[in-house]
Amino acid sequence: MHPAYSVIYFTCATGAGYGLLIWLAVFAMMGALPLTPAFGLAGLGVSMALVVTGLLSSTSHLGRPERAWRAFSQWRSSWLSREGVFAIATFVPVAVLALGWIVEGRSDGVYAVAAAAAAVSALVTVYCTGMIYQSLPTIRAWNLPMVTPIYLALGLATGAVLMVALMAGFGALAQAHLMLTLAVLGGAWLLKFAYWSTIDGAPREWKIGAATGLGRFGQVRPLDPPHSKPNFVMREMGYQVARKHALKLRRMAIALGFAVPAGLLITVLLGGLQAAAFPLAVLAAMSALAGVLVERWLFFAEAEHVAMLYYGKQEA
Amino acid sequence: MTTLPMTTAKKLGLVIDLDTCVGCQACATSCKEWNTSGYSAPLSDQDPYGADPHGAWLNRIHSYEVGEGDTGRTVHFPRSCLHCETPACVTVCPTGASYKRASDGIVLVNPETCIGCKLCSWACPYGAREYDYAHGVMKKCTLCVDRIYNETLEPEDRVPACVRACPTGARHFGDLGDSDSQVSKLVAERGGFDLMPEFGYKPVNKYLPPRPRRDATTSASGDKKPAVREVESDADPSALTTRFFTWADKVLSR
Ligand code: SF4
Ligand code: SF4
Repeated sequence: MHPAYSVIYFTCATGAGYGLLIWLAVFAMMGALPLTPAFGLAGLGVSMALVVTGLLSSTSHLGRPERAWRAFSQWRSSWLSREGVFAIATFVPVAVLALGWIVEGRSDGVYAVAAAAAAVSALVTVYCTGMIYQSLPTIRAWNLPMVTPIYLALGLATGAVLMVALMAGFGALAQAHLMLTLAVLGGAWLLKFAYWSTIDGAPREWKIGAATGLGRFGQVRPLDPPHSKPNFVMREMGYQVARKHALKLRRMAIALGFAVPAGLLITVLLGGLQAAAFPLAVLAAMSALAGVLVERWLFFAEAEHVAMLYYGKQEA
Repeated sequence: MTTLPMTTAKKLGLVIDLDTCVGCQACATSCKEWNTSGYSAPLSDQDPYGADPHGAWLNRIHSYEVGEGDTGRTVHFPRSCLHCETPACVTVCPTGASYKRASDGIVLVNPETCIGCKLCSWACPYGAREYDYAHGVMKKCTLCVDRIYNETLEPEDRVPACVRACPTGARHFGDLGDSDSQVSKLVAERGGFDLMPEFGYKPVNKYLPPRPRRDATTSASGDKKPAVREVESDADPSALTTRFFTWADKVLSR
């Protein structure tokens, strides 16, 4: 599948933004972070900046961005529509939470309810994002039950590393935060590792003979293509990264997404480096985001679409 | 509304004969010609005279080589929207631009409301939807919805443009929901099949398989041989009268 940068940035940025929002909301509810206006502005600001730029980026993928509002209408059947509805709905409790936190310095009562609603709505939004891909039977590498959990896990992991950077910035970083973040980060990339072994091992069930119905007469080979240059279907569905590049990029994703941030966080944890904690955590967050960008690029570039059988692929 | 109708009164669709299709592209060009000025916005082309020409077409004709050596054959394979009964291309659409008509089962895209998110094209296993880069909306076969009910056209023209254009009669149009229709009978008679039924989209369009090959042992029996051959074989071709009659026959049949 063609890896469109607008969609890659969209899923990575909203994943991290909603992930951070979930941690902020949960920690605020528990009273486990400084309820100062500055922290609220910085935390909710970073999270919403990621979400808003992500959503804007997604509309640039559309042929008719001025009609984007129409996408809220078909939530009965469409995961893409549901994602849009929940993405917009999430802003409401976030606004209430921001009011309580930044203006009143409180996170109890109605503000606790808003925090819980924001966390749930953010979680559901990322769940919908994952389901857009997971629900497509035409793409073997996406139609797997672990696809949506990975979207959630990587969102929560990048959000957690961002949270560590914020806590360090405000001098509120505790060992427990670091350990929780390391666990979430490790869990997410373990899932992703399992995903890669699954798609590598899965049989490629769809054959050119079944696509054309001509398999009963023998091996099917393309003779004359319908057009001399790639059409939309080939441009959109036919993109595929070479296997050896994919393996290199997987290693790069794991290094940037997991190894570097984990190493930096462990350094902070074991070194007790209070002074250097903030720059190291910021570095860890940037690396984690870069790793997820590479992972997301591969998610598209490694996925084969069954329609390419008509263009001569023997199996998909 | 992108939820699917429970049932459709008719199941209009095509039956495509892979035995008689000669891959001439008449249906594809006729489709492009009709539909670039029909129901939706024009079917744009990009870089049409340049190095990388491409554009939105609703019908694509592939040619495949099937089998090996003596038993090998060439099969021409037209491919367009199959107007599936339960297609995910419709249910994934966030805007309701993609829909399936309850009256006749035709799957359409509303060019006024499509946002060009392309998700429907990802959901189609048959590669039947093509994005129009100039208009920013998705295009697909409309089964010539603006011909088949069009009373300003002659009755024989009220069929999809591809069906009208096919010089070998390889394309048939009708109601596949009616078991007594011509198309349904044809499917039953010739063993018409679905493309990739495993997806569960239940395509309405059917394909008729190439007929069994004929060789020296299975070729048509005497009654199908042209009569003129028999006459010729009896006559001595070098005889003056035979040559004269052959010459006269040629001249007169001009
Ligand atoms: S062939 Fe593709 S575009 Fe047409 S109805 Fe079926 S799934 Fe949809
Ligand atoms: S491209 Fe248009 S028709 Fe297709 S899913 Fe998106 S809005 Fe619907």
